[in-house]
Amino acid sequence: MGLIKAENVHKRYRVGETVIHALKGVSLTIGGGAFVSIVGPSGSGKTTLLNLIGCLDRPSEGRMTVAGTDVGGLGRRQGADFRGKNIGFIFQDFNLIPVLTVYENIEYPLLMVQDVPAPERSERVSALLREVGMEEQSNKRPDQISGGQKQRVAVARALVTSPALVLADEPTANLDHDTAYQVIELMKRMRDTFGTTFIFSTHDPKIVGEAEVVHTLEDGRLTGTRNAKEAGHEQAG
Amino acid sequence: MSKLVKIAVRNLLRYKRRTLLTASLITLGVVFVLVFASVTGSFKAMMIAQNTDSMLGHLQVHRKGYVASIDSLPLNLNLRGGAIGRLEKILDAEPEIAAWSPRIKFGAMFSTFVETTSIRLNGIDPDRELEAVPLLAGRVVEGEKTLARGEIWVPELLVRGMKVKVGDMVVIVATNQDGSVNGRQFNVAGIMESATGPGGRDGYIHIEDAAEVLRLEEREISEVAVRLRNFSRLAAVSARLEGLLAAEVNQQGRPIFEVHTWEKLSPFFNIARMIDVMTFFMKLMLIAIVLVSIMNVMIMAVYERIREIGTIAAIGTRPGRILAMFLLEGLSLGVAGAVLGNIVGTVIILVLNAVHITYDFGRQKDLVVQAAVDPADLLMLSMIVIVISVVASLQPAFKASRMEPIKALRHV
Ligand SMILES: Nc1ncnc2c1ncn2[C@@H]1O[C@H](COP(=O)(O)OP(=O)(O)OP(=O)(O)O)[C@@H](O)[C@H]1O
Ligand SMILES: [Mg+2]
Repeated sequence: MGLIKAENVHKRYRVGETVIHALKGVSLTIGGGAFVSIVGPSGSGKTTLLNLIGCLDRPSEGRMTVAGTDVGGLGRRQGADFRGKNIGFIFQDFNLIPVLTVYENIEYPLLMVQDVPAPERSERVSALLREVGMEEQSNKRPDQISGGQKQRVAVARALVTSPALVLADEPTANLDHDTAYQVIELMKRMRDTFGTTFIFSTHDPKIVGEAEVVHTLEDGRLTGTRNAKEAGHEQAG
Repeated sequence: MSKLVKIAVRNLLRYKRRTLLTASLITLGVVFVLVFASVTGSFKAMMIAQNTDSMLGHLQVHRKGYVASIDSLPLNLNLRGGAIGRLEKILDAEPEIAAWSPRIKFGAMFSTFVETTSIRLNGIDPDRELEAVPLLAGRVVEGEKTLARGEIWVPELLVRGMKVKVGDMVVIVATNQDGSVNGRQFNVAGIMESATGPGGRDGYIHIEDAAEVLRLEEREISEVAVRLRNFSRLAAVSARLEGLLAAEVNQQGRPIFEVHTWEKLSPFFNIARMIDVMTFFMKLMLIAIVLVSIMNVMIMAVYERIREIGTIAAIGTRPGRILAMFLLEGLSLGVAGAVLGNIVGTVIILVLNAVHITYDFGRQKDLVVQAAVDPADLLMLSMIVIVISVVASLQPAFKASRMEPIKALRHV
């Protein structure tokens, strides 16, 4: 039984008169503790798929189950609660809250989403600051640190609530290659430390190489799943 | 909660100039209302005091129907006989009455032996009258401020036309109830400045002289002027008095007495009301200012932060909490404006009082502006501003809380 199970998932967007068929029957299973990448050309449906897994959107057809919950049936507030409890998000543009310090940004989900008491909060924030190596910068505002540092903070923020799953849509697109590599390494290390499942989308072939499982999307269809541990083995989607 | 406030304040400080501008606008509005209400309030209080304390008293009791025909000073509507005793008993028993003074009012001829004109006179018991209307003696601008038997205080306007001086002898001739005419000599003891309002140009003589001139066979009273211990209790006391006096009926079962507060006797009540209406409209304008300026800022704030809203919504912030965050931001702005406005307004009022601004009211010269800062006013105004700032933030905050995270995140 996987952490994530997509069964013949379709997604259609209606733009005026035309209907865009962004996902055309995607089925996949992702297990706990996996380090997964979703690749594919622009417009192939990577963001759409991640939004569905992340419970930010609903399938037009088919079933998406995350941690045993059919995410298609959640209301606005239930969805917020589900995401706050089970899923961490990392964004391409970092999306840190500009008026909060590094420390406060990491603390935010504990404070505003989960209502964790103060002593436990500071313990967990400090631990994650240490893990991502941002202790020195903890009192700086996002505009005072570099892109790579911002993404480290974002990783810490995504992990601070100990979610089962972290979703990252093109987390390295705005970073230079070395920094991108470091961020992916950090994510992998976090997976090793906390056992969290990571799913990230990317264009960068070198980054893709870091993933243990790679799902390839083309025109809304899963065209390949490569398992790095069984190198070379290619499987039709 | 304190963290929420911290976030709200930091978000406000993000656009310092805009926040400052909006807060200043609200501050300005509060200051205007505060200073206006307080200065006009002081003017109103002075005006009411001038009216009640220098001629009317706080309220008056007459025989039923007297006020309706007060212009002709009808002697046949005087109180007489047992009615006076009953009225005295009720007035003396009322603990909230500080003093009351009986008057006989009548129209007469005023003659200097050379010229003759008409005059309206009040027969008063000087000691009691000065307790009921303490500023009356202050209107005597020339001559003695006490009134003995055989003396008359003549209104200034008459003095000018008739060329009368203090110390002159004059004759008062009055028609009695039975139609006969009686006259008496009086010594001009004082000259009274006119006051605006009914009875402001009357002369004064001793009540016993009045009874003599009118050849009254028994005791009669045209009106009773009543002064309360506490003016702010006027409505309650007059209502109670009305109730007590309504029980007093004549043989036909009709009420004997009528009670009028100064408000029903003086045209100044309308001016006082006008001041209240103006203050009310100032408050409405303040509400409009707060509403529009805060709504404007909050709509901008939501629009500028769409991606941020998308982020916090995506990571699981509940819609209600997002709503609260934005409401708190509007509230903080309102609180800042209200607090600043109260401080600045109070300082301005204290300064106004300190520099002794003077003004004239009718013939009253050099009245000093004594504006008071009423804590209840401050509280009321603050509440208005704060409540309106939350109301103004409602729509933008609601919009923020209802945003779809993916749409908000895609926003550029
Ligand atoms: N909200 C939307 N409304 C309409 N069409 C959409 C919407 N979101 C995505 N699409 C369309 O669906 C298709 C898949 O888009 P998606 O963003 O999932 O692709 P992607 O693989 O993430 O692309 P990229 O690599 O450029 O990020 C595209 O044709 C896109 O134009
Ligand atoms: Mg995308």
